[in-house]
Amino acid sequence: MPELIRVGMADYKVGKSPATIISYGLGSCIGISLYDPQTKIGGLLHIMLPDSTQARASDNPAKFADTGLPLMLNDVLKLGAAKNRLVAKIAGGAQMFAFSNATDIMRVGVRNAEAAKKALKAHGIKLIAEDTGGTYGRTVQIELDTGVYKVKTIDKGEKEI
Amino acid sequence: MSDEFNLSPAQLDALREIGNIGAGNSATALSQVINKRIDMNVPKVALVPLESVPDLVGGPDVIVVGVFLRVYGKAPGNILFLLPQKSAYYLVDTLMGKHHGDTQKLDFMDESALMEIGNILSGAYLNAFFTFTQISMLPSIPALAMDMAGAILNVVLVQLGQMGDKALVIETQFLSEDDGIDGQFFLVPDPGSLETIMKAVGVE
Repeated sequence: MPELIRVGMADYKVGKSPATIISYGLGSCIGISLYDPQTKIGGLLHIMLPDSTQARASDNPAKFADTGLPLMLNDVLKLGAAKNRLVAKIAGGAQMFAFSNATDIMRVGVRNAEAAKKALKAHGIKLIAEDTGGTYGRTVQIELDTGVYKVKTIDKGEKEI
Repeated sequence: MSDEFNLSPAQLDALREIGNIGAGNSATALSQVINKRIDMNVPKVALVPLESVPDLVGGPDVIVVGVFLRVYGKAPGNILFLLPQKSAYYLVDTLMGKHHGDTQKLDFMDESALMEIGNILSGAYLNAFFTFTQISMLPSIPALAMDMAGAILNVVLVQLGQMGDKALVIETQFLSEDDGIDGQFFLVPDPGSLETIMKAVGVE
């Protein structure tokens, strides 16, 4: 059984094949995976919020898309991944509760997805797959042996992106 | 108010008392609706790192039904009533006069009934809250989702996440006499509300 590395909310983990990195129960949060297919090194970041500059001070940069991504990127590079080979996949960003007067905070899933893409672009990392939006939770895992990013839901099935 | 707030023992006691009175009122209301005795535990008051909140409900991947209400007023916050899937089905059976085990998924009427329960619990809770603190608050209309606990809790945690890294959680567990219904009621005040509540009850 390959090692299963668990990532909590507002956190990230990196590893190499044959490990799998998993994060459970994402709603409006986004799971951003990075993967270098040659060295089979990768990481998974579970962000809660889009933008650290729009929030009050936080001790945890991994909470935000803009500050979390460079942290994870740095760690996968340290493990031996090459930046020009890295590819990214993202999943999550749901709106769990439907409100007629949806405020910005309710739309945070959409904003998280946009921020994740923006951060990836800023660091020159190619986004090759995404499964975002909807109104349902997701459990996500990146299998570092294959680079397969698995998205599990409770009643929308399971898919690989 | 700073982004990190700390609580003194006197503040914790005051919050526990608010939780006790509020949840006591809610338990009575629920008990009248379903005609069963509802027991509750002593409310837990804790300052929890955001990422640990899903552990309070058994982990982020447990399937739960959540009824969410935003609380408006001088001390705004969020209310979340969480039921494990089995408990939610049992409660629907009870409310709809069905045999236990009949409900296997939630239809529109079932969801509506559960949201009404969220409404009743919140109304009773906030009434007691008002009696104790003289802070008048109103719940929004309820919203419901059945999904992984982590995903459902996101809606509350995201709001707190913009202010800091911890959540003040006042949690009460409700248990029906036949053990069929086992729900968790959470009042999560916004970080700025703590000060208002403490002033109202004379604890600084």
